Amino acid sequence: MEVAGYVRPGGGIGVRNHVLILPTVVCASEVARRIAGVVPGTVAVQHQHGCGQIGADFEQTKRTLVGFGANPNVASVVVVGLGCEKVAAEQVAAEMAARGQKVELVVIQKEGGSRRAVERGVELARRLVQEAARVKTEPVPVSSLILGLECGGSDATSGLAANPALGVASDLLVAEGGTSILSETPEIMGAEHLLARRTVNEGAAERLCEIVARVEEGARRMGVDIRGAQPAPGNIAGGITTIEEKSLGCIHKAGTAPVQGVLEYAEAPRGRGLWVMDTPGHDVESVTGMVAGGAQIVVFTTGRGTPAGCAIAPVIKVTGNSRTFQMMEENIDLNAGTIIEGTESIEKVGRRIFDLMLAVAGGKLTKAELLGHHEFAITRIGPTL
Amino acid sequence: MRAIVITAQDNVATALEDIPAGATVKLRVGSEEREVQVRAAIPFGHKFALQPIPAGGDIIKYGEVMGEAAAAIEPGEHVHVHNVESRRGRGDLAAKGGER
Repeated sequence: MEVAGYVRPGGGIGVRNHVLILPTVVCASEVARRIAGVVPGTVAVQHQHGCGQIGADFEQTKRTLVGFGANPNVASVVVVGLGCEKVAAEQVAAEMAARGQKVELVVIQKEGGSRRAVERGVELARRLVQEAARVKTEPVPVSSLILGLECGGSDATSGLAANPALGVASDLLVAEGGTSILSETPEIMGAEHLLARRTVNEGAAERLCEIVARVEEGARRMGVDIRGAQPAPGNIAGGITTIEEKSLGCIHKAGTAPVQGVLEYAEAPRGRGLWVMDTPGHDVESVTGMVAGGAQIVVFTTGRGTPAGCAIAPVIKVTGNSRTFQMMEENIDLNAGTIIEGTESIEKVGRRIFDLMLAVAGGKLTKAELLGHHEFAITRIGPTL
Repeated sequence: MRAIVITAQDNVATALEDIPAGATVKLRVGSEEREVQVRAAIPFGHKFALQPIPAGGDIIKYGEVMGEAAAAIEPGEHVHVHNVESRRGRGDLAAKGGER
């Protein structure tokens, strides 16, 4: 089975051909936005990070920025730095280049201020867009796809319909030799024993329980009930009562494939098959982590509806709630509510999701892409200093 | 009226449409047909009990424990945040010295 893909010099396979304007620090975000604003064919992200970060937190931010820019959906990158920050633009650019990515660099302090930095960035970006336009797709095996599994704005239909159907689609991809990533550690809590039974080795099972325990430890340290945030108020309104119930529904997204191992936030899978990535339940942070880990496509199930997308990866929205589909059709790509109504089987909807995934990989635009949703957020593990 | 019981071990059902208070709901639990009269209005997606659940008893959905009853729950009663406690992520209990 094949799809059309962009074969990158570093060996990656992309399903999109973006020129990314990537600020490495919060202070460079506005300049990056302005560059993208005047060069058609580019996309920029904004974030609050890159300075005052140390240790594992600093490493994670750098890994995320490098991984995001090196994602094969990106043809080339203009890295924009300020010049005095902790996450140095030169270093991020060099690490991306080492992974085979085409990178240009703009450092605001060296250029002599905002306007000159924007001018320089625009000049570089125009050239990169011209070059990117010459790259053509070629037939590539479906096994080159890495699928990010996400759910958000869940309600009771997520666990009953949309997630089990996505699980079928994920199993179909894994059966083709592809890769899937299950994310959102807090939403594994209470269901980790079920996933741990499916791990390919003892080490992976232990690691899985460890990342969940780490989230629980966080709640303990703060002396709070995790229900302050999980389930979210909308989840509760939609009928989800406890984090355990939410998790038991969430992990259906991962189908039935064996779990190969656990990845750090923004870490690339170390082989094919199904992986678990340690991300927060925060949807945008979770999607950013998986895309920085190399996912070229995301399927995002939602009970209550959400507009969130990603700057460089198509995000396919699936709901198991027909009312939500009617209310938010402009944001939702596929209605799995037919499962609840009893008119379609989980298996059948799962195949529809898989087929849509292949169509999107082949160039069909998602609703989030059509609406220009470019959400981006990096999760933190330490304080800002 | 439609509601679903996911596995035969479950002691709650999930409403697949808004169910008015007092309505009798026919359910398939494993290979058995059962009828439960709901005591309160059950909104779409919300749960009600299939059998008596004592205070502290397991709430079971997907064949797995999803929390415990904070009070005794009668068959047909709405099962939600007002009468169910999570057992996980309870830093609040740890802070009170009541860690499980």
